Amino acid sequence: MPYLVHSEEDRREMLAELGARSAEELLADVPGQLRVRGLELSPGLSELETMSNLRRLAARNRTYEDRFWFRGGGVYKRFIPTAVDAVISKPEFYTAYTPYQPEASQGTLQAIFEYQTLIAELTGLDVANASLYDGATAVAEAAMMAVVHTGRPEVAVHPYLHPEYLEVLRCYGQGRGFEVRQGLEQVGERTAAVVFQQPTFLGVLEDPQALTAHAHHHGALAVACVDPISLALLAPPGEYGADVAVGEGQQLGLAPSLGGPHLGFIACRQDLTRRLPGRLVGEAYDAAGRRGFVLTLTAREQHIRRAKATSNICTNHSLCALAASVYLTYMGPEGLRQVAEVSYQRAHALAERLSQLPGVELALPDQPFLNEFPVRMFHVEQSLKRLEAAGILGGLPIARWYPEMEDVVLFCCTEVNDLDAIDRLVEVLGQA
Amino acid sequence: MTEELTFEKSHPSAPPPRLPEAGVEAAPRLPANLLRKRPPALPRLSEPEVMRHYSRLASLNYSISENFYPLGSCTMKYNPVANEQAARLPGFAELHPYQDPETIQGALELMWRLERALCEIAGVDRITLQPAAGAHGEWTALRMIQAYHLARGEERSEVIVPDAAHGTNPASAALCGFRVVEVKSAPDGRVDVGDLEAKLSNRVAALMLTNPNTLGLFERQILEVSEMVHATGAKLYYDGANLNALMGICRPGDMGFDAVHMNLHKTFTTPHGGGGPGSGPVGVKADLVPFLPRPTVERENGRFFLDSERPQSIGRVRSFYGNFGMLVRAFTYIQAMGGDGLTQASKDAVLAANYVRKRLEGVLDLPHEGPCMHEFVASARNLAPQGIKALDLAKGLLERGFYAPTVYFPLIVPEAVMVEPTETESKATLDAFAEAVKEIVELARTDPDELRAEPRSLPVGRLDEVRAARNPVLRWRPDGESD
Repeated sequence: MPYLVHSEEDRREMLAELGARSAEELLADVPGQLRVRGLELSPGLSELETMSNLRRLAARNRTYEDRFWFRGGGVYKRFIPTAVDAVISKPEFYTAYTPYQPEASQGTLQAIFEYQTLIAELTGLDVANASLYDGATAVAEAAMMAVVHTGRPEVAVHPYLHPEYLEVLRCYGQGRGFEVRQGLEQVGERTAAVVFQQPTFLGVLEDPQALTAHAHHHGALAVACVDPISLALLAPPGEYGADVAVGEGQQLGLAPSLGGPHLGFIACRQDLTRRLPGRLVGEAYDAAGRRGFVLTLTAREQHIRRAKATSNICTNHSLCALAASVYLTYMGPEGLRQVAEVSYQRAHALAERLSQLPGVELALPDQPFLNEFPVRMFHVEQSLKRLEAAGILGGLPIARWYPEMEDVVLFCCTEVNDLDAIDRLVEVLGQA
Repeated sequence: MTEELTFEKSHPSAPPPRLPEAGVEAAPRLPANLLRKRPPALPRLSEPEVMRHYSRLASLNYSISENFYPLGSCTMKYNPVANEQAARLPGFAELHPYQDPETIQGALELMWRLERALCEIAGVDRITLQPAAGAHGEWTALRMIQAYHLARGEERSEVIVPDAAHGTNPASAALCGFRVVEVKSAPDGRVDVGDLEAKLSNRVAALMLTNPNTLGLFERQILEVSEMVHATGAKLYYDGANLNALMGICRPGDMGFDAVHMNLHKTFTTPHGGGGPGSGPVGVKADLVPFLPRPTVERENGRFFLDSERPQSIGRVRSFYGNFGMLVRAFTYIQAMGGDGLTQASKDAVLAANYVRKRLEGVLDLPHEGPCMHEFVASARNLAPQGIKALDLAKGLLERGFYAPTVYFPLIVPEAVMVEPTETESKATLDAFAEAVKEIVELARTDPDELRAEPRSLPVGRLDEVRAARNPVLRWRPDGESD
């Protein structure tokens, strides 16, 4: 049987050492009426057959050439340097456990320390944790920090926070007992946090300084949900005074993979450090004065504080954080800026070209955007079908979340969409 | 041996990576107030330097690929390399979550079939694959139980958790707004039924249990417990951390558990990644099915689709459909093992734990009577006369090339040493581990100071964690900038 190591002889010897006649004797505590005789699953397969089955299933999914992805909405196609997968494929990283024994885990610990620094630099804040599950749960964790910190029972959310993030936040709020209000008109003394996304789900840029000031005016925390690549160009949350920054790190070297596993990140001001959820790595020294790294400030966490922990998170997304670190280190400040800049320029060229097509117009022409933007068009469904037939993953129709935007499609452009692909997209859409 | 940080190695002469130019007419600049004033201080390193840095960091790590990881409660078994290849097939890795469901039929079928296989293993009716980790699964299950009671017009405010439970149990309950009530363990290591009786009331929403429990002991009276809990209208929740003991032997659903979380990164061999990503599907019995997170994967006339029309659903617990890459790995493992393979895996895991336990008789204290299931808890309190603690034993094992068992958990055993060997370690490895423990116990008697100075041959010696927490340095800062 695959992956098992004992021969029948080994099993007999081990049982003999135990003075047991059969393996059944070891299961004597399981009441007879609960015993099942095996599982009704298909019999095991050779690796050859297993992989052949998996390949067949994979082949029943449609994939698109990278350059023909014009769909975002929270998951993006970006160039991933080969170095990223080469590093996260090292078994020393991917088969290690949580670094509870620091002397034997310095590789993971140092990588997390570097990751925390990278995220803090990117967001312009003081401290970042070791990772969370995804952007949506990162928003929820930040909201819970604010509820505890302020002792207030409501969280106000910008109308165009990613709709799935909003749904997750509501689910946490219903459990934890705080109210989630969509819209910023009723921010007041009951508001623990104002949560906004920059760029918004619709891709456009808000004035984050004004939103932050609005939160602070009412004594609430400002929680900014940010696109990490955008921070090469855009003002980071620390610069405009946000208290907590969160976001989805998929764009930092992770495959789309139908939505996961990706990476939630969270960073905050120094004085909120002890309210952070999850793991933190800090510097430490041994008796010989050598620098190392350890999990620290664990008195916030579930294995120490149990019911009083800041969060229940235990397993996080460490390997995804490693991928993000490799990505950011490979790119460096100039590389990251170039990625953001090329995406910005090409998206604006695409927006210009699309808006010249008959029956197509920018949905929010007066608002600045980065590399994703909403377009109003006739015959959304047929247009996307035509693109599909041409091997193009077109923009994202958003009517399922915003019924009033029935004819709006969210297009996105990154460095992978070359000029030929943009030409082709415009050409197919223009064939109406 | 320690390694400089990327930030310390950074040098301005490193060429930035070559990337495409925009190749289009320049767009108007964004308003200045939206722009960043100072670029982020990311390190500047060339690709060869980046690769060398991470290769060196890798060499500072211990991993299951290298040797035995007897971490109790963590199920560190071999991570099949085929799983990795399967998850990286472009037909899985290169899918957008918002593709038309007609274009991801293979992915939906995989999720649908994985759900069916896990239902069979756990004895439940339906499963959500959305939770990202075990604790996330616990919380998801409690949210469903909360919604179930509310739908019946009952506001139940308490959740009962054993004193031996994983820390995530009370933390997840608190995150759902429940008051946590602790139930004691009896001297034999199992739930004290009398104490449970006293704590049950119509305020209780659920009892959270793991079986085998965190001492590695099967809760023999589970059917009685289940009856008591259900008689008060409460639900019974199964923490799946210890499911590796039971595959093909018995099923949580048959024991009376109403909600069951599973850790795909434990029982189903998806790798731990230095602390994740994992995956924590939750299975439920019929009366909790309406409350499952949406969407669920359904099949109709041979086509698969995502069903979001679930009016009683608790909503979403994360974005998209869960850690799909981990689902592919777990499905690959289940395909390869089959029902017979999984059953043998659990039997071998139980055999290995009992074997190591036997080899340590007279070496460490064994406070509870055997046989154990897939893990056992010893105590290092017999080394107290020499001033030696469980922590010293752990560090001594690191020095001898083994990872340390889980120490100081569960909290009800003093100087706890929790060992879970799993089914993928050979008899020779188990023997070598037992010999290493013996050698350390001997050293504790002959030269305790030497033992307290270990490890000596790892990249660093024991680190001062107390000082690290008192004056936390959580990031690198350039010289001259204070933290």
